[in-house]
Amino acid sequence: MSKRTIAQKRAIWAWVFMAVPLVYFILVRFYPTLDAFSISLTDWNIVGEKRYIGFDNFVVLFNDPVFWVVLGNTFEYLILGVPISLLLSFIIAYYLDQIRFGHGFLRACYFIPFLTTAVAMAWVWRWFYQPVPIGMINLALGQLGIAQFEFLRSTTQALPAVLAPAIWAGLGFQIVIFMAGLRAIPKTYYEAAKVDGAGAWQTLTEITLPQLRPTIVFLVVISSIGFLRIFDQVYNMTQEGEGGPLNATRPLVLHIYKAAFDDFEMGMAAAQTVVLFLILMVITVFQLRVLRHDR
Amino acid sequence: MTDNKAPISPKKIIIWTFLFIGAVIMMTPIIFMFSASFKYNDQIYELALISSEPTLSNYIYLFENTEFLRWFLNSISVALATTISVLFFDSLVGYTLAKFKFKGRKIVFVLILSTLMIPTEMLVIPWYILARDLGLLDSYIGLIFPGIMTGFGVFLMKQFFEGVPDDYLDAARIDGVGEFRIFTDVAMPLVVPALSALAIFTFLGNWTAFLWPLIVTSSAEIYTVPVGLASFSGEFQSEWEMIMTGAAVATLPTLIIFLFLQRYIIRGVILGGLKG
Repeated sequence: MSKRTIAQKRAIWAWVFMAVPLVYFILVRFYPTLDAFSISLTDWNIVGEKRYIGFDNFVVLFNDPVFWVVLGNTFEYLILGVPISLLLSFIIAYYLDQIRFGHGFLRACYFIPFLTTAVAMAWVWRWFYQPVPIGMINLALGQLGIAQFEFLRSTTQALPAVLAPAIWAGLGFQIVIFMAGLRAIPKTYYEAAKVDGAGAWQTLTEITLPQLRPTIVFLVVISSIGFLRIFDQVYNMTQEGEGGPLNATRPLVLHIYKAAFDDFEMGMAAAQTVVLFLILMVITVFQLRVLRHDR
Repeated sequence: MTDNKAPISPKKIIIWTFLFIGAVIMMTPIIFMFSASFKYNDQIYELALISSEPTLSNYIYLFENTEFLRWFLNSISVALATTISVLFFDSLVGYTLAKFKFKGRKIVFVLILSTLMIPTEMLVIPWYILARDLGLLDSYIGLIFPGIMTGFGVFLMKQFFEGVPDDYLDAARIDGVGEFRIFTDVAMPLVVPALSALAIFTFLGNWTAFLWPLIVTSSAEIYTVPVGLASFSGEFQSEWEMIMTGAAVATLPTLIIFLFLQRYIIRGVILGGLKG
């Protein structure tokens, strides 16, 4: 057999192996993506005829004050969630890395919430937030003689209250990734710093944090995307899954869900998914830029 | 670095104490959830963790009078079927892209990689319409079809198959082993760590998935645990001990898996997180 036929045979095998997956990716990923863009340009109630209306949905959307509230909420989850969760997880990872006694046990305690089901935990936290005599937090505060919190019933406290279980559940992942990043820093750097007489703070800011830059970029991007897509907690912790009170907790994905599957305004919902897509795209491009710059 | 014989510094003790308090806080919701699931309705207002008369009645009620068992089996089946499919197809594609030279290889890889940029939320509307047109709404196939292959898995597996030496595969070819057998019997066993990471990710992701199952299912027989729990909790409103029992049942499987596979899970998360 000549070399050419072997190469050809291999190529045939490659396409045989990929035939089913390729059809799948085209049918279940590419076609739906294009379809989403296409639906976003229509006025469609899912049963009737699709009517193409150009960019009207986007115009309506950007003139809708509720949509701006929803976008504001979505970014509030991000702006509160990312720094708080990264700061907490870094501090825990930084110190946990120095501890040997009970290390595995402590790490497990921090990690386990990451494995929980968001829906289940949303209901646990919802219970905690109830007024006395039901809610654990207010019950404990009451026994300490501290004033009660309204939590989910308040337009200002509800969003942080819904965000808390999302941060809580994500910490374990971030801690484990941070610890892997810390382990990857060569010990010789620290030894050199010690020889040069650098203190703990100086070592942290001049060696540890710069060395962790790729890890931090990765976690900022991953957690940003996660907080922008928050849904399970809001749906399960607010009255009737409405994202209330008074839309105070409603994020973009819940708004999309309501538009598509409660009101069957498919065009409007698809237009919002395009907005979400563009926001996430900006973040991904930012990540690629930063990482390329590093290399 | 200090060695083990060095006296324990007060600083270390303070750090340890704070970390321990943090760990307790982290576990509090899970502990209280399990605690409430063993209490009667009138005891859940007490802060005591173990009630004076613990009961299994919530669990018995849950499994006898609600459809929780059904949802549990649905979730297990959906997560298992999806995981098996993802493991097979994602590694087949990853292997082909890593180990075969052919025209269009780069384009196929870039196309599959680009699907990672598309958020699920953007696809659920077209998926819903696709499922409706194919008569798959409110069915198991409808639940499963969006996840049976993933761009992430293909990418992960390609990275790992690239580390498999060509010599191994060529040796098998000289022995006359068929291409498919080479994939299953020679290449697959060499990437078991990556496969287990992918399996863990896929299973967990499907066990906890909420948005798509919520959209595609409408009758209670097809619900998965998260969808069932959400509707069940909406109905049971103030019976928190029942809701906590449901939440505990939803959480238990992943906790058990974690207890047995802790090492692999954490390693898998790091592997998947950093390579993906």
